[in-house]
Amino acid sequence: MKIIIAGDGKLGDTLTRQLSSAGYDITLIDSKRDVLENSLERYDILTIQGNCVTMNVLEMAGVEEADLLIAATGADEVNLLCCTTAHVINPKLHTIARIQNPEYHEQIYKLRDLYGLSLVVNPDRQAAIEIEHLLKYPGFLKRESFARGRVEVVELRIDGKSKLCNIALNDMYKIVRCKVLVCIVLRSGKAITPDGNFVLREGDRIYVTGAANHMTMLLKNLGIITRKVKRVIICGGGKISYYLAQQLEKSDMTVQLIEQKQEQCISLAERLPDTSIIHGDASSQYLLDSEGISDCDALVTLTGMDELNMFISLYGSSCGVPQIITKLAHFENNDMVNNLSIGSTIIPKDLCCNTIVRYVRALHNQAGAALTIHTIADGKAEAIEFQIEENTQHCGQPLKELRLKKGVLLACISHDGVIEIPNGESSFRAGDMIVVISTGNDVIYQVNDIFVN
Amino acid sequence: MNYKMMGRFIAQILLLEAVCMIPAMGISLVCGEQKAVFGFGVSILLIMAVFVLLRYFCRGHKKGFYARDGLVCVGVGWIVLSFMGCLPFYISGAIPHFLDAMFEIVSGFTTTGASILPEVESLPKGMLYWRSFSHWLGGMGVLVFLLAIVPAGEKQSGFTMHILRAESPGPSVGKLVPRMRRTAAILYLLYIVLTILNIFFLLIGDMPLFDALCTAFGTAGTGGFGIKNDSMASYSPYLQNVCTVFMLLFGVNFSCYYLLVMRRVRNVLHDEELRLYFGIIIASIALIVWNLGSYYDTLEETVRHGAFQVASIITTTGFATTDFDKWPAFSKAIILCLMVAGACAGSTGGGIKCSRVLLLFKSSYRNIRKVLDPQKIQTVRINGNKVDESVVENTNIYLVTYVFIVIASFLVISLDGFSTTTNFSAVLACFNNIGPGLDAVGPVCNFSQYSILSKSVLILDMLAGRLEIFPILILFSRSAWRHR
Repeated sequence: MKIIIAGDGKLGDTLTRQLSSAGYDITLIDSKRDVLENSLERYDILTIQGNCVTMNVLEMAGVEEADLLIAATGADEVNLLCCTTAHVINPKLHTIARIQNPEYHEQIYKLRDLYGLSLVVNPDRQAAIEIEHLLKYPGFLKRESFARGRVEVVELRIDGKSKLCNIALNDMYKIVRCKVLVCIVLRSGKAITPDGNFVLREGDRIYVTGAANHMTMLLKNLGIITRKVKRVIICGGGKISYYLAQQLEKSDMTVQLIEQKQEQCISLAERLPDTSIIHGDASSQYLLDSEGISDCDALVTLTGMDELNMFISLYGSSCGVPQIITKLAHFENNDMVNNLSIGSTIIPKDLCCNTIVRYVRALHNQAGAALTIHTIADGKAEAIEFQIEENTQHCGQPLKELRLKKGVLLACISHDGVIEIPNGESSFRAGDMIVVISTGNDVIYQVNDIFVN
Repeated sequence: MNYKMMGRFIAQILLLEAVCMIPAMGISLVCGEQKAVFGFGVSILLIMAVFVLLRYFCRGHKKGFYARDGLVCVGVGWIVLSFMGCLPFYISGAIPHFLDAMFEIVSGFTTTGASILPEVESLPKGMLYWRSFSHWLGGMGVLVFLLAIVPAGEKQSGFTMHILRAESPGPSVGKLVPRMRRTAAILYLLYIVLTILNIFFLLIGDMPLFDALCTAFGTAGTGGFGIKNDSMASYSPYLQNVCTVFMLLFGVNFSCYYLLVMRRVRNVLHDEELRLYFGIIIASIALIVWNLGSYYDTLEETVRHGAFQVASIITTTGFATTDFDKWPAFSKAIILCLMVAGACAGSTGGGIKCSRVLLLFKSSYRNIRKVLDPQKIQTVRINGNKVDESVVENTNIYLVTYVFIVIASFLVISLDGFSTTTNFSAVLACFNNIGPGLDAVGPVCNFSQYSILSKSVLILDMLAGRLEIFPILILFSRSAWRHR
């Protein structure tokens, strides 16, 4: 499949990496030569220098034979125009546009047909939704939902005080007293698929699969006390902050938003009536103290600078804020920040990339495609949800008779809404949903790809 | 430097070389040339032994292969390739001195066609075939061939770009399609189809099959090893004309052929480099025909020899149908200029390349205008597109390095005491991968009289010329070899 990506920024780069390694033919357009040169050195792709809106450049990039165009430049207007122009040349083309401006976003769904867009992505809004999700159910570093919210994969960190520290997985049930499965352990940068004798150590990060309604019990039995988040401090007043505050206003949380630029504060104050907008420098300790950082329930750092976000989060952590969420825009590699106590990290480009990768795989493989794909364990594993169909292989066979590919784990089966953590006797049948965790190198496009042929 | 990864690459090159030697050995077997068969047999065994050792020691390579690794890999790969490739000549005793054998095969792989053999017709058939086939293999590049056939196991194989860049002639090497493997495959497919066409047209003209194969390999790689002592002079006018046309065709940028296949004829017709290339050729032929006057008996003969020599020199092939060393001074001067200009970028030819000449000319013109009109902002354009300043700068650096190397080599080989014309044209002929020069290294002479030192310098010049200087130059830098 031929994919054209317009815009070699943060999102463009992440997309290029993921899609190129998944075996698609990528042509990358950007106006800056040095950026393209850098990408050309790292990935097996073709690059075209020029303005992605002009027909000439799009034709050079081979838009006539392409299957998909992803407009991922920083400017919404350019993205829209790029998709529309490409459609003029090739009406059969699928197009994905990145639209970030809140003012456009509210109307874009109505204009989608007009612009001929197949999908609209908004990394900032996705990040805001993810943050809201974490704030509503605090206690986990990350949580991803599957099977219409019935199944969740959550991330926990094992620290020295944790009840799970130095416990073998076989004995875990005695402590948590609910049926959950530890599917991935991230230890010193490596993703391990553990067996029953695996002993958890301090510093491990674990990914646990289970029914959504067991998750509260898991937290309680692990002694992670969570109280409901009532007061949130948001540092930085960008687009994510706006989307987040807008969502939080609908709940009963009190939101304090700190922003440095006066005009931005005024504009936010006009649009967010129930949020208290504070004009000031979020990096000043005095301001944070006076806004009551030590007794707020959650701190979300969303300024434009990753370093500043990390510093504020570290300070918040030292003040004992129970829930901290840090946005990282530039960091490629999470190994650098793993050992800092900056709470959960949110990387907007990765979230957006997941959505697009899911769309591409569905396009590639109409039948049996994944319903949901989440990248977990710092991108070292994928959690994928599939619907079992009539033609799925091995329907009704007990799992112990099946041979799955290396690095593939069947984490959960949902029969008609009943969640089962599978064992050797379990089986699936048509109509079930399954959640598969893959750490292998092979890309899982459809459900039959998990079996060894 | 990722030594293990490099070791694996070189192992693959050696395997390919061993496979390519088998047909040559077959020809020797059929012709009953026992010494040659022995030479090939021992060489293949030695190559396989090194291959096995390299594979054994380079197990469990780390991932991560960067720009300079690619460059070093190409440089080292070509040296090892040449080293192993000269073994059949040496072991079979066809060329008694090792350095001479090395000179001959480097001349083959770099598509130079400069020979140290005073007399080639007595060489075993298998050796002649191997000499000519080395042109064909070296023309499009050995590593590019590997890129086309070796499955891309690595997920992030962007580094392959450096290999293509280092091995393909020209300043702005680009892929034709997103995947390197397909790009390499397309290039080789075009190359093979053109070679087969060439063989076909030669066979129509009643050339024996063996001669047709060797001549086509020499033409395709723009190499120029003849299998006759008088190069192409004894063949019929038809065969000489076929050679002229195909030499010119192999001097054209291969992406033009790809565009033709994709039916983008307009882009090809408006390509400035292609226009310059054919412009230079037509002008040179016209001037030489005018200058030669009644040197030959008929006008047909004058045009035929003029065109053949021009095509042979501008594409850096180096075949000859006549001794152009005896031509008038002006014609010889034109030949000398054509040596430097070279063929199109992205072809199998050598030299500075027409696209660089074009770029240098345009940027000089711009800078002269700038003196007259300092406030005026001007950009250099090729094919209507602005050329990035860094490309202009790289081209200037290339030219400067080129001149320095020519001067340095000229100084060193002048120690042997030949005439200035001989030495200067010998350096140009080797560095631009042409083959014959003027005076004592002219089309009917050879390089055997040079000393060991001069031959070593010329070997390095050939390699540097073929690989566009930098992959060979960085081998002398200590930081290229540093462990990481």
